[in-house]
Amino acid sequence: MPRPGFVLDVDRSSPPTLFWHGEGFRLERLPSGRSRVIYPPEPLDPLDDPDAAVRDALLHPLGDCEPLPALLRPGMRLTICFDDVSLPLPPMRRPDARQRVIEAVLDMAADGGVDDVVLIAALALHRRMTEAELRHAVGDRVYDAFAPHGLLVQHDAEDPDGLVHLGLTDEGEDVEINKRAATSDLLVYVNINLVAMDGGHKSVATGLASYRSLRHHHNVRTMVHSRSFMDQHRSELHSSNWRMGRLIAAAGVKVFQVETTLNTDTFPSQFGFLQRREWEWSVRDRASYLATSKSLERTPARLARSIFQSIKSPHRLASVQAGEVEAVHRVTTRHIYDQQLVPVEGQTDVLTMGLPYICPYNVNSIMNPVLVMCLGLGYFFNLYRGRPLVREGGVAIISHPTPWEFHPVHHPSYIDFFEQVLAETTDPVQIEAKYEEAFATDPWYVHLYRTSHAYHGVHPFYMWYWGAHALEHLGGVIVVGGDTRAVRRLGFKPASTLRDALEMAEDVVGRDPTVTHIHSPPLLMADVT
Amino acid sequence: MSPRRGFPYRAPTWPTSVERPPLERTLGVDYDTAWARRYATRLARAVVLDAVGRPLVRAIASPTVDGLDRIDALPAPAVFAANHASHVDTPLLLTVLPDRFRHRAVVAAGADYFFDKRWKAHMWAFAINAIPVERTRVSTKSIRLASQVLAEGWSLVIFPEGGRSQDGWGQPHHPGAAHLAVRAGLPVVPVHVEGTRRILRRGARTMRASTTHVTFGRPLRADDGEDARRFAGRIEGAVAVLADEQASGFWVARRRAAGGTTPTLTGPGAAAWRRAWALEEGRRAPSGPDARPWP
Repeated sequence: MPRPGFVLDVDRSSPPTLFWHGEGFRLERLPSGRSRVIYPPEPLDPLDDPDAAVRDALLHPLGDCEPLPALLRPGMRLTICFDDVSLPLPPMRRPDARQRVIEAVLDMAADGGVDDVVLIAALALHRRMTEAELRHAVGDRVYDAFAPHGLLVQHDAEDPDGLVHLGLTDEGEDVEINKRAATSDLLVYVNINLVAMDGGHKSVATGLASYRSLRHHHNVRTMVHSRSFMDQHRSELHSSNWRMGRLIAAAGVKVFQVETTLNTDTFPSQFGFLQRREWEWSVRDRASYLATSKSLERTPARLARSIFQSIKSPHRLASVQAGEVEAVHRVTTRHIYDQQLVPVEGQTDVLTMGLPYICPYNVNSIMNPVLVMCLGLGYFFNLYRGRPLVREGGVAIISHPTPWEFHPVHHPSYIDFFEQVLAETTDPVQIEAKYEEAFATDPWYVHLYRTSHAYHGVHPFYMWYWGAHALEHLGGVIVVGGDTRAVRRLGFKPASTLRDALEMAEDVVGRDPTVTHIHSPPLLMADVT
Repeated sequence: MSPRRGFPYRAPTWPTSVERPPLERTLGVDYDTAWARRYATRLARAVVLDAVGRPLVRAIASPTVDGLDRIDALPAPAVFAANHASHVDTPLLLTVLPDRFRHRAVVAAGADYFFDKRWKAHMWAFAINAIPVERTRVSTKSIRLASQVLAEGWSLVIFPEGGRSQDGWGQPHHPGAAHLAVRAGLPVVPVHVEGTRRILRRGARTMRASTTHVTFGRPLRADDGEDARRFAGRIEGAVAVLADEQASGFWVARRRAAGGTTPTLTGPGAAAWRRAWALEEGRRAPSGPDARPWP
């Protein structure tokens, strides 16, 4: 029976706490008597027979929806869309959850005599996936059957002929999505839900949308009013996507949603110490930690990055549900909360977090400083329900090397954003007003997005907006062990050690502040009362 | 490396606010000996026992074995119940048992002594195929394990006295061996071992080569309705007769047994020095037809 999450009150007997630090780790001592560490729940038991569970979900859909075979008929247009390389993290071992679902859907489509089938990677404004990444996601059988015939494609949010405008929501939001998906008789969306924000109407309304549509919820105002965007009932991001999703349904697009959740068995056994509470580390855990951290200290950064990026997670399928979007997502969200939610009492003055080497936007790539900000203040800060873990005016301390380094193919617009925009201002409102339009419509960035493997020109802006709520809420952000210049460019304060950072934080929040550390990954979500 | 490095070089400390879960017991009666009964381990042990153990025991203990004819027709498995004076008893018995028993025998060993440390538990489980038994109290776990191995066809070598002799005289038998035999429906072979105390007595640090005698008795079976305690008494009596047979000869021992005058294994109920004196006297002046004068 997996143990639930746990909040440790740090005392003098507590061992040092493990912090991720990019492609490495640190053991840090938190002040005793006023610190606590939030440990995630242990991985849930996986499904015994995932393929049978997938088939069962397709045959017994939730909500007002017929079983999938009843929706399939000869002569129809069927489009299967699936989440892109940003999910799950790290990429899971084969077979990927998407492959299991897509193969089951195709089995039923073949039985139903459906000839016109197209698969679309729902990229939104993310970079195009490579062949290897596509093969990993959908499996070789599916790739070889569809890709050579041009039937496995990637969504292009800048293709004027490939988009269709379905109308405006009550709030005046444009809904423009992939034309093939919108004009199909049935759109099956295959999703992986890693955090509570994923899935639901967001899958189609965001994953298959254009910039014209996305800008209505990927903006500073929406982010600041999403408290947090992991909490559906208090997320403007969620509300906007739901309005769009309902409009898509009203426009006649029939969506059959398949959502999967994974357990948090995130790292292979040689990294088992990452998922254990420090006082429970066995001799093997300690030896693995020492061997790993000592060798990483001597490993060139580039090699360390490729070692970590090659990790395939032993994630196992924990649940799968299919049917009508909202009914499905209600169940999915419950599964996510079962796996990730940890009750926490009260806020803290200082929130500490060790950031890993990976976030949704640097799979097989480089975690550049903008993504460090996004992961820390966008994702980790927002892993709460109720109230933020840190009080208003509090301090966030991030542990990450934050190198001044960018992937020139994947993140070209990030380079200019970092060099030009952040050099002038770090205020999300000003950035949005002054620079977004130019980057979003820059023909060179559009060209790279459509033909290369580059994130869209506007993507770094969205990453910055992702942290807007935290920037507004916090009194300061300190980065431990980061590249000093890069950290200052982000508008944060650099510190060499956690002790220094805690002393610096006292200047903002007062003497002897309370400290809370998020012991993650694996992922957790704090239910703060 | 600095002289005092903490975690992770050393084991982590436990936060005061976190309740410690009960430690998982893996030693003593909880030690899992299943690995020692697997085929590969048995093979390795057989090689060690026959290639190293037997020549060594012959060199140190020069055993004379009597009564093997009494168990000629006895099918395996069986329970071998012997008196216990020295650590040498076990290897001695294991090397003189007939082949059909020797390579498929487990030894009941005190959980508190042989299985209190991991290295000891591993070593004894491999070397003598020991299984842990609780000596000081009734343990359902050790009874269950012993019954299980008997049911799997393993013979059991057990010392019903529960430990080595303190002063050279025997100790009253515990009913454990009898209980297991009754439970499994197996015969008990009484065995008397003489001379091992001269090689390595309790508390001694060095061994001294000497001669030893091992006498096997006729297999005993519990009578209908006979309880374990009563059966244990019969086993103890049978070992005492074997001891008398070894010291005084078959016929003398047989007549004494018939007359109920077999000397007890436990010696006179007297002061320690008198018990020691009686023991030494017995050694100095063995009687019976087998008694041979020096040299």
